[in-house]
Amino acid sequence: MATSPGAVPFWRTRRGQRRLTTIAVLVALCAGAAVILLPFFWMVSTALKPAEQVYLSPPVWVPIPPRFENAAEVLTRVPFNRYALNTFVIVAMVMIGTLFSCSFAAYGFARINAPGRNLIFMLVLATLMLPGAVTLVPTYLMFNSVGWVDTFLPLIVPAFFGNAFSIFLLRQYYLTIPIELEEAAKIDGASHYRIWWSIILPLSKPVLATIAVFTFVGTYNDFFTPLIYLSNEDNYTIAVALSFFQGSPRIGPQMHLLMAAVTMSIIPPLLLYVAAQRYFVRGIVMSGIKG
Amino acid sequence: MSPAILGLLIFTLGPIVASLLLSFTDYNIISDPEWVGLKNYVDMFEERLFWQALRVSAIYSVVSVPLGLTLSLGLAVLLNHAMRGISIFRSIYYMPTVISGVGVAMLWRWLFNAEFGVINVLLDGIGIEGPAWLLDANWALPALIITSLWGIGGTTLIFLAGLQAIPEELYEAAEIDGAGLWSRFWSVTLPLISNVTFFNLVLGIIGALQVFTDAFVITRGGPNHATLFLSVYLYQHAFQYLNMGYASAIAWFMFFVVMLLTVLVFKSSPLWVYYESGRQEK
Repeated sequence: MATSPGAVPFWRTRRGQRRLTTIAVLVALCAGAAVILLPFFWMVSTALKPAEQVYLSPPVWVPIPPRFENAAEVLTRVPFNRYALNTFVIVAMVMIGTLFSCSFAAYGFARINAPGRNLIFMLVLATLMLPGAVTLVPTYLMFNSVGWVDTFLPLIVPAFFGNAFSIFLLRQYYLTIPIELEEAAKIDGASHYRIWWSIILPLSKPVLATIAVFTFVGTYNDFFTPLIYLSNEDNYTIAVALSFFQGSPRIGPQMHLLMAAVTMSIIPPLLLYVAAQRYFVRGIVMSGIKG
Repeated sequence: MSPAILGLLIFTLGPIVASLLLSFTDYNIISDPEWVGLKNYVDMFEERLFWQALRVSAIYSVVSVPLGLTLSLGLAVLLNHAMRGISIFRSIYYMPTVISGVGVAMLWRWLFNAEFGVINVLLDGIGIEGPAWLLDANWALPALIITSLWGIGGTTLIFLAGLQAIPEELYEAAEIDGAGLWSRFWSVTLPLISNVTFFNLVLGIIGALQVFTDAFVITRGGPNHATLFLSVYLYQHAFQYLNMGYASAIAWFMFFVVMLLTVLVFKSSPLWVYYESGRQEK
């Protein structure tokens, strides 16, 4: 109103346009974030309710006072600590196996000129395309015949033989490390093992950390492998145990206890995500590069 | 390198051959495998539930993959906007990917609860009577598709990395030529991001055909087989009925479908994927 005729109103100027776009983007992103966060809110809200507030219409959004005893009740009704211990043993072993075997294999693919190396590397990459279903039955039968079913071994041992994706990421990274460093070491008489251990590994900490966080999350969240291999309740991981809570005599249909258990189960990956976020982002970006 | 080669042999190449051989046998673990030729495959194509499983997996893939790609590209464009605090949004959108698993599947069961779930409560708030979702054979599969869209954060971040690689000058040039927001997106962003779209499409198809946790935990394949994915069907035959031969035949069928789709996507890519080297030819 105060502008004289002929003057451009603020929202038509370049800066105004820019400001308007920012506001529109902000509104859209906030709406989307609400959609992403709502399930978490509902989960925590249910986890903190007393039983009689769970099935109410209209619902209780924020239980006052929050009932933190639900978590304690889950811990007394099911051996949650046991499941957590199982899970962390498996996750730790898989992480060690993956980091060790993949960095070792990737060093070979990046630095050692063996005949047929590239062919074998292509084969390793081709296994990325293979649906897990194809190898599922024979792998199960193999572990069954050696008596490993219902032990942690089928979940841990394969990690010590590498996986295509991590080998690929590490090899690409090793190729960017200048070879001069190693040549100096070679002249001093260092073996390949020595070079790998004291030159390559220390230089590849960021990519190792990236693989470590993805291995943690992937193994922690894995449901299918423990589901088919572990049958004794004492061996369950958190993921398998959770899937049987619903309808089990100890937890039954009690949604507040179920959600308390779910909330506890997502805390470890969530903490890792908060602590090591840049490694997650790095991993995603690296995996996108090959596209 | 040798452990990787050994691993490849023990855990991949060996099982591939074994799985193919098993698919021509009748084997229930207890008695010895019996060679039956193509019987498993013939049985499979005559089995009503197999076609149902194929239908479920096909509908899920055809709807969730394009929908997920579109949404995540849109989201990536928004997240690429330079402003303060944008990294908080990036963290939030990626979060579901980090905690995906059984816990989240249980959570979605509760969210979709017909009477007290938050989704129907909210729908009720705007005057819509929500369906029974997981109890309704028509709505269970859409519910799982919605669940899958919650986890588009990974695809979004891959798109975002692609968007950040597009040189700013191209947008400036287009703006000088008078291109608006929409035509800049259409003629600069979309062609230059097409190789990332290609990558995400291939991964999306492979992923969609292997969905298991959600289908198994949220709906157990029901109601009335409405969410009987191929992977769930395979699981039932392998580990509930111990039809190892038949299960292997299903696995090989899935393998064939994934290969076929991947080859189709690769073959079609010159039509819609824009490569840097293509510039010189023009």
